[in-house]
Amino acid sequence: MKEQEKQANEGLRRQIDENLRRVFQAQVEEDVPDRFTDLLKRLREQDSRNGTAE
Amino acid sequence: MTRAAPEQASADPRDEIVEHLPAMRAFAMSLARNSAQADDLVQDAVVKAWSNFDKFKVGTNLRAWLFTILRNTFYSARRKSGREVADVDGIMAGGLASKPDHDGRLALADFQAAFATLPDEQRETLWLVGALGMSYDEAAETCNCAVGTVKSRANRARARLAELLHLKDDEELELTDQSTMAVVAASITPLG
Repeated sequence: MKEQEKQANEGLRRQIDENLRRVFQAQVEEDVPDRFTDLLKRLREQDSRNGTAE
Repeated sequence: MTRAAPEQASADPRDEIVEHLPAMRAFAMSLARNSAQADDLVQDAVVKAWSNFDKFKVGTNLRAWLFTILRNTFYSARRKSGREVADVDGIMAGGLASKPDHDGRLALADFQAAFATLPDEQRETLWLVGALGMSYDEAAETCNCAVGTVKSRANRARARLAELLHLKDDEELELTDQSTMAVVAASITPLG
């Protein structure tokens, strides 16, 4: 593709990045499902059982 | 009190993994484009990170390390399955072209739909530098590629989004029927 198509100019870049940040913000504000805290708990318990905590 | 191993009188750095889970989920969502697959990806990455934690250099960037594991997990799963097109939340579910309202939420959904049509490497790069605000250097390290590659992918991704959403310089992001149709058309046409 032509060089100018590869270059998003400053104004576009700002608009796009603002939208990306909005998407990101919405996503990180979601509660982390319990499966992940449970998973970390299980991994830690596994380690202490095996005595491999480092 | 947790029973820490003797050499770890101070806090276990693995305790910090939990703080990165929201960002990991968001990064996984940008890669997998499907929330169920994204969370499976995070789960696999957390297990890998935990069992390979001896390879993490304490004091270095844990977030970047976790992101590297996450993306490697994504790409190796994709290679194994040989699947080219994932189930993309929002696009395949339809409804995108139904009501191009000017309310922020729908515009956000359209933006996400357009983002989802970008090639994997471009989504990943643009998400890291655009959404998360990573430096090009850090993104290059995370993706294990050259800084120039990161810049070029980010630029191409932004240019493509601008095209899909009919964005013009210094204009408010305004989604019209036309731009919505462009997004729908792009989601159907396979992109190289």
